Amino acid sequence: MQKEEFTITVYTENHIGLLVRIATMFSRRKINIESLNTSPSEAEGIHRFTIVINEFEEVVRKLARQIEKQVEVLKAYYNTNDEIIWQELALYKVSTDEIAEKVKVERLLREHGARAVVIRKDYTIFETSGHREETDKLVEVLAPYGLIEFVRSARVAIIKASHGFHEKLREFEEAQPGEEQIENEFLDKQSEVFTM
Amino acid sequence: METLATVQETTVTKKTKTISGSQAVLEAFIAEDVDTIFGYPGGAIMPIYDALYDYHDKLKHILVRHEQGGIHAGQGYARTSGKCGVVFATSGPGATNLVTGLADAMIDSTPLVCITGQVYAHLLGTDAFQEIDVINITTPVTKWNYQITDATEIPAVLAKAFYIAKSGRPGPVLIDITKNAQLQQFEYEGYQPCTHIRSYRPKPIIRKEYITAAAELINKAEKPFIIFGQGVILGKAEKEFKAFVEKTGIPAAWTILGLSALPSDHPLNVGMLGMHGNYGPNVLTNDCDVLIAVGMRFDDRVTGRLDKYAKQAKIIHLDIDPSEIDKNVKATVGVWGDCKETLPMLTKLVESKVYPQWVNRFREYQLEEEKEVIHEELNPSTDVLTMGEVIRNLNELTGGNAVIVTDVGQHQMVACRYAKFNQSKSNVTSGGLGTMGFALPAAIGAKFGAPERTVVAIIGDGGVQMTIQELGTVMQSEVNIKILILNNEFLGMVRQWQQLFHDKRYSFVDIASPDYVAVAKAYKIEGQKISQREYLRDALTTMLNHNGSYLLEVMVGKENNVFPMVPQGCSVSEIRLK
Repeated sequence: MQKEEFTITVYTENHIGLLVRIATMFSRRKINIESLNTSPSEAEGIHRFTIVINEFEEVVRKLARQIEKQVEVLKAYYNTNDEIIWQELALYKVSTDEIAEKVKVERLLREHGARAVVIRKDYTIFETSGHREETDKLVEVLAPYGLIEFVRSARVAIIKASHGFHEKLREFEEAQPGEEQIENEFLDKQSEVFTM
Repeated sequence: METLATVQETTVTKKTKTISGSQAVLEAFIAEDVDTIFGYPGGAIMPIYDALYDYHDKLKHILVRHEQGGIHAGQGYARTSGKCGVVFATSGPGATNLVTGLADAMIDSTPLVCITGQVYAHLLGTDAFQEIDVINITTPVTKWNYQITDATEIPAVLAKAFYIAKSGRPGPVLIDITKNAQLQQFEYEGYQPCTHIRSYRPKPIIRKEYITAAAELINKAEKPFIIFGQGVILGKAEKEFKAFVEKTGIPAAWTILGLSALPSDHPLNVGMLGMHGNYGPNVLTNDCDVLIAVGMRFDDRVTGRLDKYAKQAKIIHLDIDPSEIDKNVKATVGVWGDCKETLPMLTKLVESKVYPQWVNRFREYQLEEEKEVIHEELNPSTDVLTMGEVIRNLNELTGGNAVIVTDVGQHQMVACRYAKFNQSKSNVTSGGLGTMGFALPAAIGAKFGAPERTVVAIIGDGGVQMTIQELGTVMQSEVNIKILILNNEFLGMVRQWQQLFHDKRYSFVDIASPDYVAVAKAYKIEGQKISQREYLRDALTTMLNHNGSYLLEVMVGKENNVFPMVPQGCSVSEIRLK
């Protein structure tokens, strides 16, 4: 078994201190978080954490269950890269003179799908989004032309197979747990062991 | 951040009255049936203590000598009463002194609600006097924590705190309340207990297919073996567990926290698991064909080397915490649920059976252990007193009816191995965290949690010196506990390891003791010290019959070891008898 990139999606309440509680799940096990994003989700009042780590599936599964155990966490999913659609946003600051002078730069930006966000006399800011390799590539090609500043956002990801959280949230709000609440990926995926 | 108070929707017609945040805290306690608080006042929690002055007829407050003592007392109370322990501490050092107890309660799943005072909200983050970020410090050692800066939040947050602490897999909750919120007057609409939090699933609906699968495995088994932990006690499922054991006829062994859930003299109780557990249960773990784990978490002190643990067996794991299933040992069938509910379902589906040959194998190992270890420990042939014979005499005098509170180390292992129990919630010890200094304060709490019972704190000469200041609490609260110090003039467990694994290089384990009887006397506690066998029985009798707390120090063999032992890194079946 090999370490692999996993994206963990966590649906939570909006609660001060929850970020620390979730972050310590990783730091306690000495696992480096590659990228972490928090944002609203499709369900009102529910926050969504997107966390990327490089780990063995076994470790990720246990982690997801420890995270889900936290009182303010509604659900934690983990997915491999082929199960999600993801993007990262990157910003690049380049000298405006440099772009004006060198036609090649303009071509490069165009090739990499970059879009100008701000153009000033002294500098121009471009934006691209994509996978890490794509945004990295543009850093590489801009370097010879004096890349002044570069920043990249955390990954945001959509789970291909997900039907969203609206239905689930309704279930969670019921005082008596419904079918959804008894789902347990771990137990259910073990069906083969029941053949005695 | 919206406040939690908005979640608590109440009808407009409800009558309100103006009270302070502090009063709201105490009203919540009364509504939650709290009767005893262990605590220590200080600047930032003074408004709550001021309010407590008017509630002293409804709420008993035990003034401890250190906040660590307070929280361990809360744990002891929770463990013998089956209720939620409640602890007060002030901000800053008061709060940080709770951390060890929180960690202990977290790992041993003890329900606690701790209230800490905090500086005024406008001073947060300014390094104010006695300000500490207690929420972040306690996050990894609490099931839930929350800071209140507005009194209107208090009723709903406290309701949530008690609900979370007690439900599902219990655990400690810490609520930090800023001083302004304690002082703030607000329109109080009454207390509504919390019964549901949408993001929190204390227990699931039990899935019948897993029960069926588990029952099928059990019915086909030839050498099944039950191992049980504190889940049986926390789930208040002792009766259901006993019925399950008796119908299936399967031998059952316990973890240190499962001790007392099944009476010691039950014919199917085959003893203790783990590092210093009994011979048979350890060896036969690696021989059984179906291992049924009930409310236990496969701690490394129980399993020894994991890759050689019960590899031959199909494993059924009943637990209320889904993250425990598969965490350390892969389950063939995981039964997620409260064992109070899952055990009767399982009992219904299993066949009534007996396994005479299989049970007999446990007996055979038992006989060998008796011969090699137990007989000499309980009836020594030399003049030197052993810890085991002290426990044996205690058993004979209490008839197995006492609550035994132990500290951590050799005496803990010996006490848990040999103490007899007739009823549940009788063994109070620091299992997961191994907190030295736990026993004395925990025994105080244990007595308040079970006032009608005899409480004996068995403590080593190392552990007792860690929280000896709680003798002050014993004195002032006039609690009746029996303090039994087993003094081997060493930090015995570490010494044992140094002897066995570090070439007898006794590095800083030689610990001096004060005159404990004199110390006790200074606290107005009667006591005596003995070092000869002829006085043992009488001394124990005097201790038990004394009207009030009593300290008995027994000098035991300096370099006695606890056996059997599964050395670290070894498989349970490699357990050593010497």
